[in-house]
Amino acid sequence: METLSTLTTPDWLFYLFAVITVASAAFVAFTKNVVYAAFALLFTFFGVAGLYVLLNSDFLAVTQILVYVGGILVLILFGVMLTNRSISVDIQSETLKFAPALIVTAALLGTLAGFYTVTDWFFGGPGAEITATSTAPNIGNALVTTHALPFEVASVVLLVALVGAAMIARRDK
Amino acid sequence: MHITLTHYLLVSAALFSFGVFAVISKRNAIIVLMGIELILNSANINFLAFSRFGNLNMEGQMAAIFVIILAAAEAAIALAIVLNIFKRFNTVNVDEVSTLKD
Repeated sequence: METLSTLTTPDWLFYLFAVITVASAAFVAFTKNVVYAAFALLFTFFGVAGLYVLLNSDFLAVTQILVYVGGILVLILFGVMLTNRSISVDIQSETLKFAPALIVTAALLGTLAGFYTVTDWFFGGPGAEITATSTAPNIGNALVTTHALPFEVASVVLLVALVGAAMIARRDK
Repeated sequence: MHITLTHYLLVSAALFSFGVFAVISKRNAIIVLMGIELILNSANINFLAFSRFGNLNMEGQMAAIFVIILAAAEAAIALAIVLNIFKRFNTVNVDEVSTLKD
């Protein structure tokens, strides 16, 4: 049993992951090429996983990579490939009403950022230290004790969703 | 300057805004789905940031796990629907599939 040691993470790690996340998310939002957007989304998911590690949730970071990169991104790429008649890689998506959308989004971002910066958070301190022990045992315990009902409901939801998706996408009804 | 809660919230606000931009301005339904994934990720960053900086230890992480579960279900269903739309209308541009009955 390892002792509970705290780690000091350098600040530039946060900035690295934040820049990767925000820059690739901006690329997803502004590029016209659907395939480029899908691959930029890959970098966003990895950047977010890095932020999860810095937020002391290593199990969620691994889950993020497994589920988002391994599952959802592959599904999205299948969707890109199956919904285009052309065989070229250059699959375009035009932007509708670029200026109004940009104005609305900029207003939203300004409002959120201003609200987050101005608010005097009750817990604005340094927060819990990042520990070297995994959070997976705690999550496992919580899933079968305090969160058992949501866990079971989620499993049924997943089953229904996957059976439903298979039914909807079936070629011959 | 030390990294505080506000830094994480600002990253998640940027992610949310880019997701909303993709959802409201793109013609291709697949990119709209990507925007929804960005929005869900930004919500997850918020959950985990409040969980760590508010010393709530596991609660935020449990919420984030259920968000990831629902995101997986949502992606599967949405792509099945998009495939069906493509089969019927031969396009996935969201402004061209506005008819309810043909």
